[in-house]
Amino acid sequence: MPVLIDTVNGDKRPKAPDPGPLYKKREPIYPKLVHGQFRMIKWVLLGLTLAVYYILPWLRWDRGPATPNQAVLVDFTHARFYFFFIQLWPQEIYYFTGLLVTAALALFLVSALFGRLWCGYACPQTVWTDLYIVVERLFEGDRNARMRLDAAPTSFNKVWRKVGKHTVWLLVALVTGGAWVFYFDDAPTLMGQLFTGSAATSAYLSVAILTFTTYALAGSMREQVCTYMCPWPRIQGAMLDEHSLQVTYRADRGEARGPHKKGETWEGRGDCIDCQQCVVVCPMGIDIRDGAQMECINCGLCIDACDEIMDRIERPRGLIAYDTDYAVAARLAKRKPTYHLIRTRTVFYALALALVGGIMVYGLLTRSPVAIDVLRDRNPEYVQLSDGAVRNGYTLKLMNRSTHPTVFWVDFKGPKGAMVRAVGQASASTLAVPLEADGQRSLRVFVTVPQDHDEHELHHSSPATFVITSQDGQRAEKKTVFLAAGDD
Amino acid sequence: MADPKHDKPTPHKDEVSGVDTTGHEWDGIRELDNPLPRWWLYVFYGCIVFAIGYWILMPAWPGLHGYSKGLLHRSDRGELSIALHDLSAKRGAAGQALVKASLEQIEADPKLQAYALSAGASIFGDNCATCHGTGGTGGKGYPNLRDDVWLWGGDLNAIEHTIRVGIRSGHPDARQSQMPSFGRDQLLTGEQVNDLTEYVTALSRRKADPAAVNRAAPVFQAQCAVCHGVEGKGNQAVGAPNLTDQDWLYGGDRNSIHTQIWNGKAGVMPSWEKRFDTATIKALTVYVHANASGR
Repeated sequence: MPVLIDTVNGDKRPKAPDPGPLYKKREPIYPKLVHGQFRMIKWVLLGLTLAVYYILPWLRWDRGPATPNQAVLVDFTHARFYFFFIQLWPQEIYYFTGLLVTAALALFLVSALFGRLWCGYACPQTVWTDLYIVVERLFEGDRNARMRLDAAPTSFNKVWRKVGKHTVWLLVALVTGGAWVFYFDDAPTLMGQLFTGSAATSAYLSVAILTFTTYALAGSMREQVCTYMCPWPRIQGAMLDEHSLQVTYRADRGEARGPHKKGETWEGRGDCIDCQQCVVVCPMGIDIRDGAQMECINCGLCIDACDEIMDRIERPRGLIAYDTDYAVAARLAKRKPTYHLIRTRTVFYALALALVGGIMVYGLLTRSPVAIDVLRDRNPEYVQLSDGAVRNGYTLKLMNRSTHPTVFWVDFKGPKGAMVRAVGQASASTLAVPLEADGQRSLRVFVTVPQDHDEHELHHSSPATFVITSQDGQRAEKKTVFLAAGDD
Repeated sequence: MADPKHDKPTPHKDEVSGVDTTGHEWDGIRELDNPLPRWWLYVFYGCIVFAIGYWILMPAWPGLHGYSKGLLHRSDRGELSIALHDLSAKRGAAGQALVKASLEQIEADPKLQAYALSAGASIFGDNCATCHGTGGTGGKGYPNLRDDVWLWGGDLNAIEHTIRVGIRSGHPDARQSQMPSFGRDQLLTGEQVNDLTEYVTALSRRKADPAAVNRAAPVFQAQCAVCHGVEGKGNQAVGAPNLTDQDWLYGGDRNSIHTQIWNGKAGVMPSWEKRFDTATIKALTVYVHANASGR
């Protein structure tokens, strides 16, 4: 039924109140420096992850003269991926799928057990933001000084501090982007090329893009990346449950909160003195006392801040701590809190992780250094020769993934009486094909099956297999078919 | 008939807009004399200046014998030849290597062979596939290049020569052969052509009328054996097909054989010598040879 709107008198249906602009302006956050055990863990991880990022492409790994000696290298030009003892060809892209599946499952498992460890400690966004805040503090001071500076009118003091901060930020961004490209080419060579202006345009472009993204994401966007851009906080909600350890305000102990004067009794009130220290140190700008929140990256800085206060007011530490919603609820109900690390969910994640990881390891360990692909001619599918024999053409792709040259012997198993011949090769019963180290080549091969009146006619399609055996006994095979005119 | 209003435009100010009209009036409708938009005028003047420059720099004016060349001497043909030259320069080392190496060397060397096969595939697709088919399997009247039957020889040198000079192409060295139209030109009687059809059918080991075969034997030796050989096995030197095998360019049933003896059809293959450079011809030769198993 069509909806008629009275255009003369206008739509008189009640209107929803104006929600205002959809864009929420960012409220600046000035996280205060805090000291403590989690801050220390974060400093160590910051150093460690940055060190891995910057040093990794400079490590060398000897693979023989035919292949590059960079330990970790994504070589697009030659279509190879090197990771220490692992060397992958583009055909083996499924290892990357496996790696991504493993990483996802590991993230699921860790999240179900300990909450957002990744977000709080290891995510590049967290690490670089932390680094940028260090620089910020260096030029503008801690929280209060920064707030004062931002509120102050323009002055020489303000300008040089801002300019200095942004300059160092840009330098950090440049070095970050600069290090990225070393993963894609020989690092020492590329280093020289970058400085002499002879590197590829794509290298400079990558550096420029990553400089910009680092500067923008860690400098000005910060927590907005986690809250608005990153899908992980939202996905993570499905991994967490009431038994997951998370940074938790123990409401059972903290409430009722309120200011406390020295010497007053602690009876009939909670331990939270509403000092706001957990709020001012939070890089996400939230109040942990509101419970688990999508914005919270579980970095634990509020734990450090709160512990410091607890020490000062001589109450036990751990008003904010890694705890579960279940335990908090239990204590509120005067039950003994219990912890359940082994749950259906965590067991399932662990098993799935073990399975995929196992398949990956098995695949890598049993990976053959020789490989063959067979492309059967489809136009024509077969050729009838003048004496009635039938000939099929195949293009073999032979791959030697080992680091030394070898010879492949190519064998054909198929219909009776089949004769094999490769273009450019001397006629022989078995084909011997030399291959260089880390090399591949294609081979045009023709298989002829003579017309045999005594035996039954050739089927339309007969199973066939190409088998290759390398000099050192490595073997690989590929199934295909031999086609002829026939009914089935 | 003439309306004085139309002959003598009188300036008139429009009351609403305050703009002068052109003075013309049609059924009470007057046209405002607004100036052209300034941006439009400047673009127009710019185009005039551009056009003058274009006349001077580029080929523009037709004459009785040719056209003005312009200061830049630009021509599409010239651009094309530069592009083609650049292309052969880009092929660079690999293309040069093809020119230097012999056909046998190209086929035996894995790198040169791979280059020739990929180059050959596109050359074949662009130039040869029209008649010989994208797979090279030909059709009635167009030889199959994938099997073991070659009218003019199937080794590398024979294939290269055929590509260069063509068949009945008008090239001075073109491969020439002439199957007479025995029936149409009344070289043989209808009966004789019928008998020969049986004889040729028998040559490829199929059942045929023995009486007709016997009658045709002396005729075959007299008329056909010169080219096709005493045993009918053909001769690649003169492009005469083997009549004893199971491969038939114009069809192997009695009807087709009869038609071919009667009319003596012959196809034409162009000469490619002037259209392809040496590297292209060599790549194409190796491609064709390799796809016929490279024997």
